[in-house]
Amino acid sequence: MQLLNKRPESLIDIKTHYCPGCGHGIIHRLVAEVVDELKIRERMIFVAPVGCAVFADKYFDCDTTQGAHGRGPAEATGIKRTIPEAIVVSYQGDGDLASIGMAEIVHAAIRSENITVIFVNNTIYGMTGGQMAPTTLIGQKATTCVNGRTAKQAGYPIHMSEMLATIKGASYVARGGVHTPAAIMQTKQYIKKAFQNQIDGKGFSIVEVLSMCPTNWGKTPKDAVAFVKNEMEKEFEMGVKKDHSAADDVPAAAEAK
Amino acid sequence: MPKAKVEIDTERCKGCYLCIEACPKKCLEKSDTFSKTGYFPAKFAKDECIGCQTCARVCPDLAIKVYKE
Repeated sequence: MQLLNKRPESLIDIKTHYCPGCGHGIIHRLVAEVVDELKIRERMIFVAPVGCAVFADKYFDCDTTQGAHGRGPAEATGIKRTIPEAIVVSYQGDGDLASIGMAEIVHAAIRSENITVIFVNNTIYGMTGGQMAPTTLIGQKATTCVNGRTAKQAGYPIHMSEMLATIKGASYVARGGVHTPAAIMQTKQYIKKAFQNQIDGKGFSIVEVLSMCPTNWGKTPKDAVAFVKNEMEKEFEMGVKKDHSAADDVPAAAEAK
Repeated sequence: MPKAKVEIDTERCKGCYLCIEACPKKCLEKSDTFSKTGYFPAKFAKDECIGCQTCARVCPDLAIKVYKE
């Protein structure tokens, strides 16, 4: 019998430390599959975040570095400008990118840095124990809002993709998910496009991925998938938010580098 | 119809059972024996697999290998 699904070469063959049902494992695999398909593993430099994926350097078989909290895009900027032939990807969570790293991601987009950002949105701070994040939904419970987030006290969840899509320097902004087989396949296409843009020098690309955090949500993996489908998808609509990667439409800031 | 089968690495499986939910033919089920890591892994139970790889696609731990003739 023939093996249909080979393990991506870019993923080291060891067990991950993620909780059962965590979306990180799926997103790691998608990134690794895309890297294999585009044959960019030798050129890739992976910037790991602070968050659950902080150990991603153990799993990706390529050059890796680990940035200060939220400063992934700034670090990726430095690497890309120093080594222009490298493919630089910053992998970040929502506590990392949408909270402490807000300035870095916005300014990386404004400068249209030729980097790829993978933004994992699970509406909670995972590694630190389930505190409320900027993306936590109204009514969702977390350890710092035990009765559920209220708009009066903590405002509204932030929509990073929609916000970044308004920035002129951003070439490609898309939001996918890993909660259904169909969403996983679609998200892979988004990630592939984001990497292809960087190879072609089209400027800043970001893919937001809606993910599950069963442990901190206090749900079973099955219920966590249902939560993404029924609650998160309503708040964070999936799809391509901006695609200015066509040849005559590239932000000038990207060409200057 | 060509035969297909699924192999689950019981050391890698963390028992999230996303594969059981995803399988269109309901070939997978919860095992009743502990794995070394302390989970009840998923197991291949029904010989009706069509080799669609949906289970492998949703597996966060890359514990599933799909074979087809």
